[in-house]
Amino acid sequence: MQSTRPAELHVRRLHPLPLRIMHWINAIAMLIMISSGWKIYNDDVILGWLHFPDALTLGHWAQHGLQWHFFGMWILALNGIAYVTYGLVTGRFRRMLFPIRWREFIKDVSDALHFRLAHDDPTHYNAVQRLLYIGILLVGVLIVTTGLVLWKPIQFSELTALLGGFQTVRIIHFLCMSAIVLFLIVHVTLALLVPRTLVAMVTGGPAVDDMKAKAS
Amino acid sequence: MSIIRSPRGSLFRPKGGVDQSPLREHKALIETIDRRKVLRGTLSLGALSLLSGCDVGETGPMQSFLRGVSAWNDKVQEFIFRPDHLAPTYSEAEVVKPPRFNAHFDVEDIKPVDGATWKLELSGLIADKRPWTAQQLAQLPQQSMIIRHICVEGWDYIGQWSGVNLRQFLERVGADLSAKYVFFRCADDYTESLDMPSALHAQTMLATKYAGDPLADPFGFPLRLRTATKLGFKNAKWVTGIEVTNDFQETFWSKQGFNWFAGI
Repeated sequence: MQSTRPAELHVRRLHPLPLRIMHWINAIAMLIMISSGWKIYNDDVILGWLHFPDALTLGHWAQHGLQWHFFGMWILALNGIAYVTYGLVTGRFRRMLFPIRWREFIKDVSDALHFRLAHDDPTHYNAVQRLLYIGILLVGVLIVTTGLVLWKPIQFSELTALLGGFQTVRIIHFLCMSAIVLFLIVHVTLALLVPRTLVAMVTGGPAVDDMKAKAS
Repeated sequence: MSIIRSPRGSLFRPKGGVDQSPLREHKALIETIDRRKVLRGTLSLGALSLLSGCDVGETGPMQSFLRGVSAWNDKVQEFIFRPDHLAPTYSEAEVVKPPRFNAHFDVEDIKPVDGATWKLELSGLIADKRPWTAQQLAQLPQQSMIIRHICVEGWDYIGQWSGVNLRQFLERVGADLSAKYVFFRCADDYTESLDMPSALHAQTMLATKYAGDPLADPFGFPLRLRTATKLGFKNAKWVTGIEVTNDFQETFWSKQGFNWFAGI
């Protein structure tokens, strides 16, 4: 583990404390929103063959799923706003997620498909990781927006119409959930394969040199 | 004949065998995996899943907390509500006939209301509490609207409703429009209530007709509430009484944990 020599005390860690707190709050919010959302979904399914097993849903009856969902939405939305603000203000998004070079991306996708894409350096995200993280952030914005429209389709009827109507918004919300679940499966699997990344999200990870990070 | 066949050339099998390099590359890393930490992580994940066990039943600290959040959400919805904003309306061609039935019992268990003896009782903060018959209501100015019905479950349909505008009715009977709630009692012991701003919305009515015909029994004959700004379950069917009040009373579904305001 990293030593805590005085000289290193002021050095910024890879995942500063506020970021780690927001990451794990978000993880809890995700679990609440997905499992309670599945409960709500089961009452009127979109895909006839797809019912979520009760063991994976949150809440005893539909109303409890709704209670959890409309509690979890506050955690998800407030934490999400804090996270995006933090990422923009501190320059973390710019530093960690950009630039994405097309050539790098093609090479990385090819490497990933051959299971030889390096993702073991938590201080540097490859092009596939960068694009996935940006993509999931956008999906996050979309699922919160469509959630707001599903909650208040009449008060925000202009937005409902813009997004294609109530049932279309419902399907977009569902597809966003599916994308997030797929992302989570990949994200958690890769984190477990390289436990160092998981540990870093708890302890803060290695100290990073801002100047070097910017140059790379 | 052996069932174990020797490997043959396959499109899906690499010619040079499985690439062992990732294993070699990560060998050092795999050795550093701290089993205890992984175990600890699994345990806390398991503990989180027990959260779902907290809210089984209608009581308990988790349930009262969640109901507190739901009450807070009522306040937020009051704030979001736009009293002058009209819900989109649709064309007659889009009206679904008959409407979709939904209640807290099956359609076979409906006890039809006798329209000849039916009366609408008035109580609470209302100046003229004389009850109304179906004939008297039919003589009041009629309103018609083609709006979307949205159920809390997620389904929806477009319906055409006609009847008496609730605001005009409340004004006519001298109701205190500064009161907080309008409470509805129904023939099937159902109860519902609206906050006053929603009750006074232009698209809130006491409906007596669907698609131009008198309401059929499953849909609330002779009188039901129909509002464009609330979820389906707020639209009480088979209404027998209206009370204007400042005292909050729980309703049929809010008692069971559904959000009371239920605005859309």
